[in-house]
Amino acid sequence: MSKTYYDDADLRKFSKITEWSEELGNKFFDYYGKVFEEGALTAREKSLIALAVAHTEQCPYCIDAYTKDGLQRGITKPEMMEAIHVGAAIKSGATLVHGVQMMNKVNKLEM
Amino acid sequence: MKKSLKARNNDIANTSRQLEILSNGIFADGELPTFAKKIKETNQFPLRPKKLEILQINLGYMCNQVCEHCHVDAGPDRKEIMTVETMQQCLEIVKKTKAHTLDLTGGAPEMNPNFRWFVEEASKAGIKDFIVRSNLTIIRANKKFHDLPEFFKKHNVHIVSSMPHWTRGKTDKQRGDGVFDKSIKALQELNAVGYGMPDSNLKLDLVYNPSGAFLPGDQQALEAEFKKALKADFDIHFHSLFAITNLPISRFLDYLIASDNYEDYMYALLDAYNPAAVENVMCTNTISISWEGWLYDCDFNQMLNLKVASKIKHVSDYNEELLQDRNIIINQHCYGCTAGAGSSCQGTVA
Repeated sequence: MSKTYYDDADLRKFSKITEWSEELGNKFFDYYGKVFEEGALTAREKSLIALAVAHTEQCPYCIDAYTKDGLQRGITKPEMMEAIHVGAAIKSGATLVHGVQMMNKVNKLEM
Repeated sequence: MKKSLKARNNDIANTSRQLEILSNGIFADGELPTFAKKIKETNQFPLRPKKLEILQINLGYMCNQVCEHCHVDAGPDRKEIMTVETMQQCLEIVKKTKAHTLDLTGGAPEMNPNFRWFVEEASKAGIKDFIVRSNLTIIRANKKFHDLPEFFKKHNVHIVSSMPHWTRGKTDKQRGDGVFDKSIKALQELNAVGYGMPDSNLKLDLVYNPSGAFLPGDQQALEAEFKKALKADFDIHFHSLFAITNLPISRFLDYLIASDNYEDYMYALLDAYNPAAVENVMCTNTISISWEGWLYDCDFNQMLNLKVASKIKHVSDYNEELLQDRNIIINQHCYGCTAGAGSSCQGTVA
């Protein structure tokens, strides 16, 4: 069997991070839980944001977790894919907007 | 159309094999606690019945659909249906029971040739809430079923129907090609006679089962989504949505194993374990009767052939008082009813 850096079974062990730093771990999970509660945004909207960010962060654990979360909430495949496009658009936009920096530098350096 | 596990001679059609799977692996080596061990932690073992509220009668395993997740392994090839003699024994129980709800299920209960006679007779017993679990498509399956909406209305039957999603793709993937369109048509026909309409006393509720290896989301939020989509797309009304967790037995267990999701699913059930849901789990207020008249703590125990732990085991010697004095039989599939807000044939429990 091939060994990889990521093991999907590790996601189940996420809560174990508290074992080596209980206070900080607990504070993180309390905060995490609170963030995803219904608020000014619905839990459904937050789930789609989390899915998009999971992709831009390229976190396989987060992708698994928020794909499942989306299915549980009845979020459709087109909705999930559109959310990922939002993340991708921001990611590519963030790259391309730096082109202005490059253009500024070129304009400054060239005679 | 696919065949049932039983007709395919699939290993998992054997209830002993299912119980073996549920007891071995992650539960045998202590990686996960057994359900008995888990409820012992909160002093809820042994699980005992409370007041009997629901009498659920399975009229047979025959069905016009072969749903991917079916815990009954129902289908057109299942010939097990309740006889008139057993129905008569059930009617005697219905007349005397202290339960306020009678819940007819299957398969497709309407496919039992004596279904209408049974409904007519049972409706005279004065039961407060008389449920028929209709898969909807049966109403459109054959001309002889087209008048079912009127028949249900005449006997003031409460209709509870499965609808896994408000989109065609997800529904048909779980329940078979064409099921969505037929279900929509049947819902419109039920609406036309008054079922599910706002302020109508003709109750029409829908059941949502996740179409895959994940748990149902919040029942209220899903109900709002279903109501919005079905009204906007098809002008359909219904009263409540029951979000039901798929239990890891029968066809759904077969799917979990084949798709390599079994362990993850059991972990998900364990992660979502809620002791408050144990308090109101449906086996504490229900008796389930099989097509042969055997008695069970719930429909899932019936499908695993785990008869009640009582000397009263059959409708022929039914005694409600004696039957209440028993321990409920549990196994690892019970985690399905205690995850999150809990799950029962009436939706969430916690």
